[in-house]
Amino acid sequence: MLTVYIFIVLMPLFGAIAAGLFGKKIGRRAAHWITILGVGGSFVLSLVVFNRHVLSGEPDFNGTLYTWAMMEGVRLEIGFLVDSLTAMMITVVTFVSLMVHIYTIGYMKEDDGYQRFFSYISLFTFSMLMLVMSNNFLQLFFGWEAVGVVSYLLIGFWYKRPTAIYANMKAFLVNRVGDFGFLLGIASILMFFNSLDYADVFHAAPLYADKTISIGGGQWSLMTITCILLFIGAMGKSAQVPLHVWLPDSMEGPTPISALIHAATMVTAGIFMVARMSPLFELSSTALSFVLVIGSITALFMGLLGIVQNDIKRVVAYSTLSQLGYMTVALGVSAYSAAVFHLMTHAFFKALLFLAAGSVIIGMHHEQDMRKMGGLRKYMPITWITSLIGSLALIGFPGFSGFYSKDSIIEAVKASHIPGSGFAYFAVIVGVFVTAFYSFRMYFLVFHGKERFQHSHAGDSRHAGAEEHGGHVDGHDHQHGHGHRPHESPAVVTVPLIMLAIPSIFIGGMTIGSMLFGSYFEGVIYVAPEHDALAHLAEHFHGAISFALHGILGLPFWLAMAGVWSAWFIYMKHPEYAEHIRLKLGPIHQILERKYGFDDFNQMFFADGSRRLGSALWKFGDAGLIDGLLVNGSARTIGWVASVVRHIQSGYLFHYAFAMIVGLLGLLTWIVVR
Amino acid sequence: MGIPMTFVPPDFVSVMPEIFVLSMACAVLVIDVFLKDEQRGITFGLCQLTLLGALLLTLIGYGTDTTVTFNGHFIRDAMGDVLKVGIYVAIAMVLLFSRDYLIARGIHRGEYYVLALLGVLGMMVMVSAASFLTAYLGLELLSLSLYALVAFDRDNAQCSEAAMKYFVLGALASGMLLYGISMIYGTTGSLDLRVVAGAAIENRDGSLLPALGVAFLVVGLAFKLGAVPFHMWLPDVYQGAPTSVTLYVGSAPKLAAFALLMRILVEGLGGLESDWQQMLIVLSVLSIAVGNVIAIAQTNIKRMLAYSTISHVGFILLGIIAGTADGYSAAMFYALTYVLTTVGSFGIIILAGRSGCEVENIQDLRGLNDRSPWFAFLMLVMMMSTAGIPFLVGFYAKFAVLMAIVNVGMVGLAVYAVVLSVVGAFYYLRVVKVMYFDKSEDSIPILAALDTKIVIGANGLILILLGLYPTGLMGVCISALQ
Repeated sequence: MLTVYIFIVLMPLFGAIAAGLFGKKIGRRAAHWITILGVGGSFVLSLVVFNRHVLSGEPDFNGTLYTWAMMEGVRLEIGFLVDSLTAMMITVVTFVSLMVHIYTIGYMKEDDGYQRFFSYISLFTFSMLMLVMSNNFLQLFFGWEAVGVVSYLLIGFWYKRPTAIYANMKAFLVNRVGDFGFLLGIASILMFFNSLDYADVFHAAPLYADKTISIGGGQWSLMTITCILLFIGAMGKSAQVPLHVWLPDSMEGPTPISALIHAATMVTAGIFMVARMSPLFELSSTALSFVLVIGSITALFMGLLGIVQNDIKRVVAYSTLSQLGYMTVALGVSAYSAAVFHLMTHAFFKALLFLAAGSVIIGMHHEQDMRKMGGLRKYMPITWITSLIGSLALIGFPGFSGFYSKDSIIEAVKASHIPGSGFAYFAVIVGVFVTAFYSFRMYFLVFHGKERFQHSHAGDSRHAGAEEHGGHVDGHDHQHGHGHRPHESPAVVTVPLIMLAIPSIFIGGMTIGSMLFGSYFEGVIYVAPEHDALAHLAEHFHGAISFALHGILGLPFWLAMAGVWSAWFIYMKHPEYAEHIRLKLGPIHQILERKYGFDDFNQMFFADGSRRLGSALWKFGDAGLIDGLLVNGSARTIGWVASVVRHIQSGYLFHYAFAMIVGLLGLLTWIVVR
Repeated sequence: MGIPMTFVPPDFVSVMPEIFVLSMACAVLVIDVFLKDEQRGITFGLCQLTLLGALLLTLIGYGTDTTVTFNGHFIRDAMGDVLKVGIYVAIAMVLLFSRDYLIARGIHRGEYYVLALLGVLGMMVMVSAASFLTAYLGLELLSLSLYALVAFDRDNAQCSEAAMKYFVLGALASGMLLYGISMIYGTTGSLDLRVVAGAAIENRDGSLLPALGVAFLVVGLAFKLGAVPFHMWLPDVYQGAPTSVTLYVGSAPKLAAFALLMRILVEGLGGLESDWQQMLIVLSVLSIAVGNVIAIAQTNIKRMLAYSTISHVGFILLGIIAGTADGYSAAMFYALTYVLTTVGSFGIIILAGRSGCEVENIQDLRGLNDRSPWFAFLMLVMMMSTAGIPFLVGFYAKFAVLMAIVNVGMVGLAVYAVVLSVVGAFYYLRVVKVMYFDKSEDSIPILAALDTKIVIGANGLILILLGLYPTGLMGVCISALQ
């Protein structure tokens, strides 16, 4: 089996190298074929692994591929841990990645960076697989940073656009904050456990449950500190408040990567990591409460922001933030399997929604403003129907996969008693309404109602920014001309949509029984009995269908329906109300428009602040001390040394011989006087 | 008296590689006389065959017990075998990269190959030296070949000047080495290093003579390695010699010099460790500082690499200073990977030269990425590895050496070395910057023969692979020194 695992990881890497280094030589067709075959092969092998470990029930695999180095008894190695969690993750990652690869053929076909793009997404797949298959913290960190690097590269893919570079920089800086915590968490584990291996650490963890360390005079629980530090890493990667600011801006990247990286896979790495570390997190209720509160804030408040967005991709981005919040809430109430379950269903329907949004963007000739769309239903039937499926799954319509995962999370929160669960329940239940409202607002604005694109180009100067979105395909817009009719996308775009729509409907009902209430995660995810909220749910679980029927009677369903109805009422029935409400709720709208001021605050406090601090340090420290004294001082010294040395290195033979003799005399003198 | 009355026939099997290289060198010399200029490829092929044959002969013996023969003058052991294999591989690559260079400059003559082979023989004898006599013999054979090689482009004034300097200073160093040998012989009464090893410990007390002898020996060896302050010849020779010869001088001979250091100081004079350890610390500290700091000021890339070599020599010495088995194997690992990297980087410098216009200054590498992304990437790997960036082999080599000296408690020395290698990273990264971010005036693609391309690509990949899996080579080094 080890060979299979190695192949799963290396095939995308091979594709990435081939398309990246030799892209120009092999051409566009070969570049996409080679990467698609690599990822496709990975997907097939992942199915084999899934079949072996999950369906045939073979024991977990935990083995070392090779040891990179040994120091002070700590092994630095590359190894694989393959259990049911890993098997599920690699299957989802390779499947979504494969769909995105195929989709890219259509989406990027007029871009100059075609091969580069394929190389990056294959490289991403490799890194993500390394991350999820890791059996130790070092490799986890490697994968963690590697997916980050590819993410930055892809956000800034159109590197000639200043907004893309800004977004790219922002993602980088915000993730530094998260990774700093993550690295400290790993360091704390290394320091106390003297091992980086998952199995060793998890095995020894209960011994440290009550250990305290003193920081700054106070006594702190080691586990709480470690878990919170690790979770700070997850907050950066999975975009939890207040480290969420980079994700909406990451939409500057091409849409396929928004689907793959910033919705389906990379941003869920934090969720995956916490689920993987469940034996550690279970030891600290404080850390769990922290996770819970952060998650609920994200789930509710980020959803609210989705309501005021007009850019189609940004709506989906805020919805991703909110859904990540749901997953984090599930982690907080120790319903790790519900979090991972939602991660899986979300990967399918969110990738679907993003790719559908991308399809709309292609159809609209790179227009992203929803106010200039409408009535696309008849022009893009496949995109329309798949978007509807995605939206229904997202709002948790009974029977769709999103329903199963989201309802279980809500039920788990209800059953939990840890501090913060009251607030969390409020947040997730209100979140249901909000989700339904913004999802269907988007759906109605794009696919129904008046066609606003025919005459929307007259006063376009205000939207110079939107123009720029087409800028990367110079000439593209001009070829097609403005005000052209929207058209359905080619098959390479629509087939992935259909392929993703299928699991968006069915996967939840098919797997809920075993994943949440069965033995799927037995021995993989550890839940302390006093935290086990899901066990409570399991008592009432009688199969997927009855779960769905029961859902219709529940509060979440009616809230979701209310959300859909409100969206329809405001944006379809009485479009004039929208403007009216906006004026009425001026201050609230302002707050939402400004995204609660996070960006302004960051810009003012961190960006400008650090610039001011920087310039102060520059004037005093740099110009005064370092430049004046150290650099110029040492430059003068080095200059002096160099001039002396230059005299020695004169090119004259006798000088060289002289230096040797002096050296010898030095050694001899030292021996004699010693 | 002590001379055995019976004649013990030498063990020719252990000396087969040396005998083979010697006979082939003579054969090549004769055959080449009958070849026309355009048939020089045959000479080249014969040389490569010689190295391949020597490689096979050495590998056959690898793993068998240590043998000492020729009345204790010659030793064949695992360390020697590993280093010899390193030498063959390095020189085979050197010759490959030299071929097109020499043709382009109209100095593609048979003597080059004969001298190269004789140099290899000299190195092999150095590596297998079990007495001062063989050590000196090998050293001189190598040195004389190198002097001639440096002056190979004899119409070029710069080459002749470099050769002249090298020759005179080399003679001075050889004189000091001999003087040191005579002092040791005076105190121990033997040239056989194993006998010396036994006697050196007995004669510890009182007399200054052994210590003075050690000082002279260290000077002679430091000159060969290029440690400060006996490094003066290095930049001038690197710059003055034809680039292909610089490649030769900068690569395999460092392995031989390392071997000599191990044979004489560690195996022969291990009892006087306290004396030479202090001296090596001084040399190492100076080398690391001078190498890294002065390299920053260089604009000529060959001079820059010369100073880089000096700083690496400082690191190799660190491993020997540690005085533990770990330290020795780390130093050996360092020396082997250093040679591999140097051959690769000089190889690219040779290739990047346009017809008639050689890469002399760092600026000449401008826009290499536009001319050939593949070669630029390889050069990037080489530079990053030399700078010691993690996941490349250079990092692990530095790490192992530093680990060894930290383990014997010399933390200060380790910190010093790390700080200065950070300084050193500057000039390696400058090469990367020039290659990737500066624009070239023209974008003539790099033309190279297929075999050259394959070998240099393999070289780069090996650096990456060794960085990911250093334990393989490290295991060889550790077992070789047991």
